[in-house]
Amino acid sequence: MFLQMNNVAKTFAQHEVFSGIDLSIQENQFVSLLGPSGCGKSTLLSMVAGLESATEGSISLGGKTILEPGTDRGMVFQQPALFPWLTVRDNVTFPLKDKLSKKEQDQIAAHYLKMVHLTRFKEAYPHELSGGMQQRVAIARALAMDPKVLLMDEPFGALDEQTRHILHDELMKIFQETKKTILFVTHSIQEAIKLSDRVIVMGTRPGRIIADFPVDVERPRQRDNSRVIELEQEIMELLKGEINKVLKEELDHETKHFT
Amino acid sequence: MKLSILLKRVIFIGVLLAIWQGVYMSGYFPAIQFPPPTKVFQAMVEGFADGKLVSALLASFKHLLIGLGLAIGIGTLIGVLLGKSRQADETAGMYLIAMQSIPSIVWVPLAIMLIGLNETAVIFVVVLGGTFVMALNTRTAIHSVPPEFIKAARTMGTKGMRLFFKVEVPASLPYFMSGIRLAWAFSWRALMAGELLSNGPGLGYSLRYAMDFAQMEVVIGIIIIVGVIGSVVDQLIFSKMEKKVMRRWGLLK
Repeated sequence: MFLQMNNVAKTFAQHEVFSGIDLSIQENQFVSLLGPSGCGKSTLLSMVAGLESATEGSISLGGKTILEPGTDRGMVFQQPALFPWLTVRDNVTFPLKDKLSKKEQDQIAAHYLKMVHLTRFKEAYPHELSGGMQQRVAIARALAMDPKVLLMDEPFGALDEQTRHILHDELMKIFQETKKTILFVTHSIQEAIKLSDRVIVMGTRPGRIIADFPVDVERPRQRDNSRVIELEQEIMELLKGEINKVLKEELDHETKHFT
Repeated sequence: MKLSILLKRVIFIGVLLAIWQGVYMSGYFPAIQFPPPTKVFQAMVEGFADGKLVSALLASFKHLLIGLGLAIGIGTLIGVLLGKSRQADETAGMYLIAMQSIPSIVWVPLAIMLIGLNETAVIFVVVLGGTFVMALNTRTAIHSVPPEFIKAARTMGTKGMRLFFKVEVPASLPYFMSGIRLAWAFSWRALMAGELLSNGPGLGYSLRYAMDFAQMEVVIGIIIIVGVIGSVVDQLIFSKMEKKVMRRWGLLK
């Protein structure tokens, strides 16, 4: 399989985040990792990026075990994390420095900035852009190194509703145009169903995979599509138990410490 | 700047000068202790005209430039070391704060005994005045590099020296600039302390010389010059540079 996780576990200082994660992801698929906070979905994504190491098990991409970050995996974070001292164009060409000629770099930057509709802003500095525009630059930057996988960690979580919808549409276009494999972390059920070919639902305490849904609905998906609503309710039902578990634990913790 | 603000500031200085003149005219203090503004102004003009103040200023700037340059260099090296190495920080970080809390005039006797009553001793004091604050700010600058910048850079295959020079160094520039501004301010104070007890030349030395010869108008004149230089250099050079960086880095609107 293209992206393969074998019996992956992560423990932070005695605290087990998750264990026994087995997951196979096909090429050119849009896969969401969905779950409540604390289920370890972001940690799992960081491990695919190579920013975190697996305590147990292994992750491999195209048959190669992942040991450290590399340009075959592009990542977009919740914060755009653009470098403020560089122009939009120089941010996008940052991963290409020393590898390609100036001209090739400029062509690549122009190509991806056009894809995210920011050609006009190539000479601007990040602080001159809105949050949504900054996140689009971050997407262009991750794509510029032509990665095999695009990893996205709640990339639209910090944006307002309207901007988020616009970016959903843009991301869909980019996905169809570039045919990248995308691994997308979110806690929004609607977002996961709207975008993905496949939704992996994760539970918490301990983190684990509790369900794996293919989303068999034609794109673009409307919110009032009956299949979309059905899937939404199904996943909601699954997650209710998980969220209650977290709430109960937090309340117990509070009663123990504050009464 | 708006005209009204400028006007307020001019009026404020005018009122101060008027009070000063008033106290002088009341005759409460003997004229030798309390010269009128006009006489101070005259002393300043004369000092510049006969070149005495000019050469003192040039000497002071020479001490300052050498001392501040060394302080920024040494301070940056120490700061980067403490910022990057947890071991070094845990071992020496606390002492750095202790050293920073020592007023620079305290170093003057040590410098004179160690080096002698000369310009090198003054420069030594200036270096000590600026180094620690520079080191502390550089350390903070390195520590306050947003972790998401490092993470993002790493996912783009950046590591090692390239990560340090292309990401950590530019990302820490705003705090580094504050460090330079503070190093200047501390060095300027240390310079005056050192020169006051030195054998000249320099602005501080001229100040003590004027005191020894009971030239109150020169004493006040030099104090004014020291104050003007301090604020002008801060406002026109260092604050401007710092603000420019902060704005570009998106830390200031």
